[in-house]
Amino acid sequence: MSDSATVIIERDAPPARPARRALSLSWAGLIPFFLFSALFLGLPLAFLALGSIADNKTGAPTLANYGALTTPSVATAFRNSIEVSLVTAIVGGIFGFLLAVAVILGRLPRILRSALMTFSGVASNFAGIPLALAFTYTLSTTGFLTVLLNGVGVHLYSGSFTIFSKLGIEIVYLYFQFPLMVLIIAPAIDGLKPEWREAAENMGATGFQYWRRIALPILTPTLLGSMILLFGNSFGAQATAYQLTAGQVSLVPLAIGNQISGDVLHNVGLGYAMAMGMVAVMGISIVGYTLLQRRSERWLR
Amino acid sequence: MTGSSGPAIGSRAPGALESVASSTVAADRPRRNWGSPWAWIIFLIGVLYFTVPLIATFAVSMRAKPLFAAYTNSFADPRFLSSLLYSFVIGLITVVLSIALIVPTAYWVRLRAPRLRPFVEFVTLLPFVIPPVVLVFGLIRAYSRPPLPFTNTDLGSSALLVFAYIVLSLPYMYRSVDSGLRAIDIRTLTEAAQSMGAGWFTILVRIILPNLRVALLSGAFLSLAIVIGEFTMAVYLARPAFGPYLQLLGANRAYEPAAVSLISFGVTWLAMIAIAMIGRGSRTRIQVGGAH
Repeated sequence: MSDSATVIIERDAPPARPARRALSLSWAGLIPFFLFSALFLGLPLAFLALGSIADNKTGAPTLANYGALTTPSVATAFRNSIEVSLVTAIVGGIFGFLLAVAVILGRLPRILRSALMTFSGVASNFAGIPLALAFTYTLSTTGFLTVLLNGVGVHLYSGSFTIFSKLGIEIVYLYFQFPLMVLIIAPAIDGLKPEWREAAENMGATGFQYWRRIALPILTPTLLGSMILLFGNSFGAQATAYQLTAGQVSLVPLAIGNQISGDVLHNVGLGYAMAMGMVAVMGISIVGYTLLQRRSERWLR
Repeated sequence: MTGSSGPAIGSRAPGALESVASSTVAADRPRRNWGSPWAWIIFLIGVLYFTVPLIATFAVSMRAKPLFAAYTNSFADPRFLSSLLYSFVIGLITVVLSIALIVPTAYWVRLRAPRLRPFVEFVTLLPFVIPPVVLVFGLIRAYSRPPLPFTNTDLGSSALLVFAYIVLSLPYMYRSVDSGLRAIDIRTLTEAAQSMGAGWFTILVRIILPNLRVALLSGAFLSLAIVIGEFTMAVYLARPAFGPYLQLLGANRAYEPAAVSLISFGVTWLAMIAIAMIGRGSRTRIQVGGAH
């Protein structure tokens, strides 16, 4: 009798114990992750944040570093960076979208679709020094395409064009912006249900009306969200511009790089403030992306 | 939102793009076999834009005399192989450590700490918000002084580079592992393993890891492709990596940089083909995008 009673008690007990243990262990299991992020994300960011509100020499709290962001050279860097990112996000976004629509809905041979997808994976990761070099070989004064176009009477360099300029950077950045757009937007285009088109056609809609009234409104949040990702992708890019312009065009990542290596106008506090400014711009765009993403999930799953 | 598509995408909305252009003939569906001319035009523009720079680079690399000298010279340069090897080893260490960090974390979040998920996800997305140049700036500032003087030694700097690359790979790795975990019933697998006496380490290494093969391999190849060509962090940490080597080469030589650029493109291409092969027939979404 007493034996079976104890057995029953022991059977009852377990559910309570794992619950309490799970509570303490649920933290324990994540300690390595939190430790790592604190050391290599939190700490560097904290150094930048604290440094940005401290005086270079005395370390006293100050907002002077942020005030220095308005000096013409720094303001120009921010303006250039934002302009390049906006232009490449919009142009790259639109063309990437059209390209994705072309291979997915344009009745092209199926193999072109998988070829484009694989190639987009490569091209969206092909950046930095080799990309800048490739475009130098293509569009510099003696570049492959420049010479080719000279042959047919088009002289690229007759005006003010040069590949080592802001426009040049935009042309080069598009090389990884289009493909990224193709990769991001393809699942959304796949998500357009054929029933929607059939329903529209049954009610007499033309193809144009279908796109204007149904497909595009459904895709708009995804399109905008993807363009924001492209914006961030371009805003944070450093190596490509570093190689391409050799510092002739002022961009924020290049300016921060100069602060790291400590040449000219060395002002660490200003470097910190620029870094925080970059984080702020990126943070705002990611928040925008998240909001749009939530909205697009209403129709596209 | 799976990367691999369902069946019959090509056939389900015939003439979509064409009818944008010519809405007057929307009713009939001709030329099914040839595809819309608009689609072809856009596709060909894309192909031209993608290939011309590669052709130009190839043309420059072939200007060296004798033929292929740009390639043979590059391979003969000991710093080419040593920098490529350095970046490859750094990439491998990054991949192994990042798997060791991310898999238990994502597993634990799913199994035991779902309430912490938003926070963990937020942290894994932070590298999107912090550009590489900003991160390396912060790392140098934080780890170049007495308590933790990483940057004072070669080994310390390389370790810091690996940690920076792990941070860089966090978003891809976490999302890829997390969607991999979603596809398998980890609770049942865990309970089954526990009932047979397996400990946490055994469960992770012998049950969870093999089930995440596709997600891990594609994440690994993507990380490798990014790390091998990465420039910004390597150059500011003064590491003898492939990216800085190519930059130096570009400043000093005429034809070799073209050859090495194409080789670098080839490495990325191989990594992506590997990802495509691994991902074939799997429902795991493959992450893309990199650091420029």
